[in-house]
Amino acid sequence: MLSAAILIPAVLNGLLMGAVYALVALGLTLIYGVLHIINFAHGALLSAALFAAFFAFKLLGLDPYVALFLLAPLFFVLGYGLQRFVIGPASHGDDRNMLLVTLGIAVIIENALLYNFRGDTRTIDVPYAFQTFNLGVTYLAVPRVVGFVAVFVVALALWLLMTFTDVGRAIRAVAKEKLGAQLVGIDVAHVYAMTFGLGTACVAIAACLLIPTYYVNPGVGNAFVLVAFTIVVLGGMGSVPGAVIGAFVIGVVESLSGLFLGESLGQIGIFLIFIAVLLLRPTGLFGARA
Amino acid sequence: MKSFVPTAIVIAVLAAVPLVVQSNATLNFLVVTLMIALAGQGWNILGGYGGQYSFGHAAFFGTGAYVTSILQVRYGVNAWPGFAIGIAAGAALGAVIGALTFRSGLRGSYFALVTLAFAEVLRIVASVAPITGAGVGTLMTLELGARTFQFQSRAAFYWVILALVAVSLVIAELIERSRFGTWLVAVRENEDAASALGVDARKVKTAAMTISGAITAAAGCFYAQYFLFIDSGIAYGTWISVEALLTAIIGGVGTVFGPLAGALVVKSLGEATRLMIGDAPGLDLIIYGAVLVLVIWIMPRGLIGGIADARKIFGRRKPAAMSTEQVRHG
Amino acid sequence: MPNQKYLLNRRRFLATTAVATGAIAMPSILRAQGAPVKLGVLHPVTGALSYSGQQGRLGATLAIEEINAAGGIKGLGKIDPVLGDAQSTPEGGTAEVEKMNSAGVAAIVGGYASNICLATTQAAARYELPYVVDVGVADGIVTRGLKNTFRFGPGFGVIAKTALANLAAINDAAGKPAKTVMIVHEDSLFGSGLAKLLNAQLPAQGFQILETIPHPTPTRDFNNVVLKIKAQNPDLVIPASYYNEYVLLARTMQQQQVKLKGIYSVLGGAASSYKFVKEFPEAAKYIMDCNHWFDPRNPKAVALKKTVEDKGQFYTYEVYMNYSCIMLVADALQRAASADRAKITEALASSTFAGHLMPYGPTKFVNGQNEGAAPVNTQVLDNDIKVILPATFANAKPVFPMPA
Repeated sequence: MLSAAILIPAVLNGLLMGAVYALVALGLTLIYGVLHIINFAHGALLSAALFAAFFAFKLLGLDPYVALFLLAPLFFVLGYGLQRFVIGPASHGDDRNMLLVTLGIAVIIENALLYNFRGDTRTIDVPYAFQTFNLGVTYLAVPRVVGFVAVFVVALALWLLMTFTDVGRAIRAVAKEKLGAQLVGIDVAHVYAMTFGLGTACVAIAACLLIPTYYVNPGVGNAFVLVAFTIVVLGGMGSVPGAVIGAFVIGVVESLSGLFLGESLGQIGIFLIFIAVLLLRPTGLFGARA
Repeated sequence: MKSFVPTAIVIAVLAAVPLVVQSNATLNFLVVTLMIALAGQGWNILGGYGGQYSFGHAAFFGTGAYVTSILQVRYGVNAWPGFAIGIAAGAALGAVIGALTFRSGLRGSYFALVTLAFAEVLRIVASVAPITGAGVGTLMTLELGARTFQFQSRAAFYWVILALVAVSLVIAELIERSRFGTWLVAVRENEDAASALGVDARKVKTAAMTISGAITAAAGCFYAQYFLFIDSGIAYGTWISVEALLTAIIGGVGTVFGPLAGALVVKSLGEATRLMIGDAPGLDLIIYGAVLVLVIWIMPRGLIGGIADARKIFGRRKPAAMSTEQVRHG
Repeated sequence: MPNQKYLLNRRRFLATTAVATGAIAMPSILRAQGAPVKLGVLHPVTGALSYSGQQGRLGATLAIEEINAAGGIKGLGKIDPVLGDAQSTPEGGTAEVEKMNSAGVAAIVGGYASNICLATTQAAARYELPYVVDVGVADGIVTRGLKNTFRFGPGFGVIAKTALANLAAINDAAGKPAKTVMIVHEDSLFGSGLAKLLNAQLPAQGFQILETIPHPTPTRDFNNVVLKIKAQNPDLVIPASYYNEYVLLARTMQQQQVKLKGIYSVLGGAASSYKFVKEFPEAAKYIMDCNHWFDPRNPKAVALKKTVEDKGQFYTYEVYMNYSCIMLVADALQRAASADRAKITEALASSTFAGHLMPYGPTKFVNGQNEGAAPVNTQVLDNDIKVILPATFANAKPVFPMPA
């Protein structure tokens, strides 16, 4: 178990898996950081995005990496609309109610997918799905490596957006001090909706990068939700670098503990690290004070 | 004693139900609903009154269920003391998790997710540990009779769970009326201010979590006796964490009857949509989700809160003179 | 045409049992059709198991439609199916059993998952409501002494034993090329139970188990599992998982270019699935499975395959097992000549029904378990799933070890 021949590939696998988690977590950390709610609908939105990527391929013949540029804006609009017209009004600005509203939306989305498309597992067949980079010690799946690179691109884009654009500044203002932001004339409802839209767009990107090596069914997003929440809190709410680094940490921890403890028991690695970090550093790795 | 009258009335009415309702399907529905209400009331003590939202109450539910099951199956302990030990285990777990998390000052969403992490750790360990049967789960031998807590009639189970719910209602009432309750609410409203006024916030929250854990563990013990089979997904799965907080929030957090009302409404809603829709898999749940969103939209303070709001609205019709009268007489 | 065959079989069957059932059989043919018989059809059609549940429901409803199209059950009338959704949980299943009981069903078929079946059979036992388990393989289902519970298919005790005997046979026939084994299994009831049995019995057959790897459902990534497989280089990998994880594992093994002498699944989720073979022909090649399968020589079973595929669905084991269970219950109803639960239970207990689609031979229930029930060995050959063992049902010879 301790030979380099196994450890190195395991760490690499962990990083690649972490990249997938990072893409899912990026959207969540934005929503979390600004709206201060745990978005229960995130998993269902991921499932919906995977279905969208699937149908883009099957019906429009779009390769997922191309469909990405279509689906990201589409899901941005979806997310914006959801927050502006459903979640915001329904929860009357109360955090705990937002939680339940997103839960209700998750139930609706997941079962709408089930009702329309049944529970069948669907996959797409793209030529590069089985291609690998041969590193000697291991083979790295091409789509996973693409995803790894994409994380940095997306994270950089988000960071640039948040730091240099008006929208980004408004989002950060609202995240830090809602009342003050309102007082200087920022339309908070609009900013909330923009944030949710951005988060949902990230989910769409994650789906397009995930689908070549994964599968699609109505409940598929749920497998990623807990890990994504863990990463968001670990990295610090609202911190984009925190989400990325946290995701890689979690990916590697998961991989190594899976190696040493077995795939089933190894899952506790994620949660033990999470508990340990929070008990010692209650606001996460890069988080501001709660 | 006057303040316990509403509780007494509610329990009396509910206790009479099996005398009127013969349908086992309905009794089964009510038993499960009351069990969820019990779990929700446990959550409510910590989350509603204490303001500490936990996403991991499955940890207590599962611990109660496993402790009582394992004691019976592996050590031949009788079901009744097993039940009591399960509740004690839940309380102990609450104290431990509370001590750990509140010492670090975890609050809000951080606290919520840490509790989720604890529940997940327990679930994963339970799925591989030999003592729980690991993946195979724990199956209790079918032995009908009061001695083994496996009653022949559904009505008997109903009265047992109702008694447990009654106890939880009384506990909530007592908390509301006690100094402890005042401290707890003070911590919920503004922990820093409460500390400044001399309330030991950490002790209060940990105590709340202990009580909370005990109540939810009781629901878990009951599940084990009612269904006789548990595995790690059933015992520690997120489903029960979600149901517990869902019923409490929908019903009204920080109220005595919130979780009970919430459980009745949420579960009835599920049944109603299924009845309406028949066999179009998923469609009934779409409507369920939609109604859930609508309920929160219309009644943001939950059902009990909504009723209180409605009373206020209707109460405003009284002329001003009357209200000064009321003020004078308290 | 299948209907005709069915009627003929029924008549022949009736003739042979006429002596035993005496006068009851004769007037029933002449009597007018009575009120419909209610039959509970219970599956997890929503939630995590929705695909299997929907396939199960499909099989059951196809059988009921066919019976009703032929006039229903002789002497009793058409079957009125009472469909229930177990919602993939034991509580959901229990609630449905209660409702079905209140609706006055004569019997219930289904459940699918072992943990659901444990709860539903128990709930039905309260009302002495006959319950036929469609799939649920946990041995605990039929060892609790419940008189109302019948399992038509095999439990994992029989499955493990058959799988190992067949593995030894295949290995011996090829000159014993395989010695070392790694087991990869899902970590809940069916996977863990099976793994335990395999661990106990494999050494006796001369195999050495290098490692047993449990994994959760769902598992997001199998790269580390495959890493361990590559590092230890076993001759055989024995997977026992649900569909999605099985597919991911197989794809990852293909990606990492794992070279094995064979992949021998026991209740492998995708290993004997037409869907898997169609969508991933490369990854599926030469995979062997010991699983539920229809009798390939039975023309009705083959005809049903076409019917199901014409509907755009895959012919999965949930379909034909449920179809067979309904046929079993219909036969019991007819022999009992009544919708009375006690009579149906008796009719089931004494059933020798052979008009099903499975390679089980005539039914024989001992303590609720159909003794004739057994799994069958399949292998993916020529982009199709062939039966390789037992010889009586086989339509291909095993290819072992896997060609390089």
